[in-house]
Amino acid sequence: MSDTGTGQGLDAAWAVDWLLRSAAVVADNRVALSELDRAIGDGDHGENLDRGFSAIVAKLDEEEPATPGAAFKMAAMTLMSKVGGAAGPLYGTAFLRAATAVGDADALDPTLLVAALTAARDGVVARGKAEPGEKTMIDAWTPAVDAAAAAAAGGSPADVLLAAAEAAEAGAVATDPLIARKGRASYLGERAIGHRDPGAASSALILRAAADAAVSSGTAGAGA
Amino acid sequence: MTVGLVIVSHSAQLAAGVVELAAQMARDVVLAPAGGTDDGGIGTSLEKVMSAMGLADTGDGVVVLTDLGSAVMTAESALEFMGSPENMVLADAPLVEGAVAAAVAAQSGATLAVVQKAAETALDPGAAASAKAPGAAQAPGGSQAPCGGQPSDGGPAADKGAGAGHSTGAAVTAVLTLINPMGLHARPAAVLAGELGAMDVDIEINGADGQSVFLLMALGAGEGRELHVSASGPDAQRAVDLVRSKVEEGFGEL
Repeated sequence: MSDTGTGQGLDAAWAVDWLLRSAAVVADNRVALSELDRAIGDGDHGENLDRGFSAIVAKLDEEEPATPGAAFKMAAMTLMSKVGGAAGPLYGTAFLRAATAVGDADALDPTLLVAALTAARDGVVARGKAEPGEKTMIDAWTPAVDAAAAAAAGGSPADVLLAAAEAAEAGAVATDPLIARKGRASYLGERAIGHRDPGAASSALILRAAADAAVSSGTAGAGA
Repeated sequence: MTVGLVIVSHSAQLAAGVVELAAQMARDVVLAPAGGTDDGGIGTSLEKVMSAMGLADTGDGVVVLTDLGSAVMTAESALEFMGSPENMVLADAPLVEGAVAAAVAAQSGATLAVVQKAAETALDPGAAASAKAPGAAQAPGGSQAPCGGQPSDGGPAADKGAGAGHSTGAAVTAVLTLINPMGLHARPAAVLAGELGAMDVDIEINGADGQSVFLLMALGAGEGRELHVSASGPDAQRAVDLVRSKVEEGFGEL
């Protein structure tokens, strides 16, 4: 960690910490996410994601990924196999595309982080065939990518992820007044108005976990 | 071997049931179910889908059929994980009708593209056929040969058209009469669609796409029924000759 004290790269330890923090925050919000989903979907988003991230934690107990890309790929495979609902292939594709974008780099600088986030967002778009404003995960991911790109110029990796998390949270809140165009929520028409999209909400939680892990690793590095 | 099929469903029972149904018409086709989550719940599993793809891949390609939205995404993800192999395709088709149509086509030895098309045109044969040919009695291509009243006395397949007449433009047409007792049921439809599917031809039989096993079956053409065949494209003559010889030999069922 000591050589990343200047904040120029997030390594495999950060990726593992991100996944563990994601698992914890998804578990903490399992009921809340499912309640959001119950209002406009089939009410299983929290349980499904919790099952997927719990499986990731179990796999991390068995073996430590060597690079951030390896961690993302393991997460992709696990989420696609264990989640069951639409969130599995969507998050799975996000992590898979992020893994491809970073290759076997040992550490992610701001440029690689933005590339990973962009590839992840593009993967969700391709898999879900949704556009911004349709009350989906993309409404959190797209502002997150834009904010990350803006922060990458002159910012540290933690700055990039903090900007992404903040924008994702605002994007999730901004789904409240939208009418859903994709998934089961689209059958509700105007009745979806006033409810937050569960996928956008979980995306914001997971991106915040990435930022928390980066801040924590930066602090650890600076302190070492 | 034949093209194999993977049936992806949120429910293990539904996937198994579709396989059971389609298998009745396709004894030699590998039909691999991938239903439910790893722990038997409702949902789809990448691992199950990928292992089913492995099972169904016997060298001639795999067509994947899915039920609801996230099953499509899981199947797409599985293909992406496997490096998007060229011999595996996802059919945009209704699960049950598409699986049956694809299985019948695969059983006939049709190519990957034809099996995929069989599934994808299973959607609504009635609407597709009527959109193409309002009034099936009116043969496209013009060779509306007078048939002298009793089409049912057929005897040996009577070619009432003007041989291989080129009636309008490049279209090759023929009017044939079915002589086998079962008519154009699943097996003959699969034979025709399979062989026509391998040709470079645009062919309609009573307004239905001759390369679609399901649309041919949906004609419900029985013994004595006239078939108005119209083909265009490089293989038009060969295609019409094939239909004629198959019809005249009663699809080997006499």
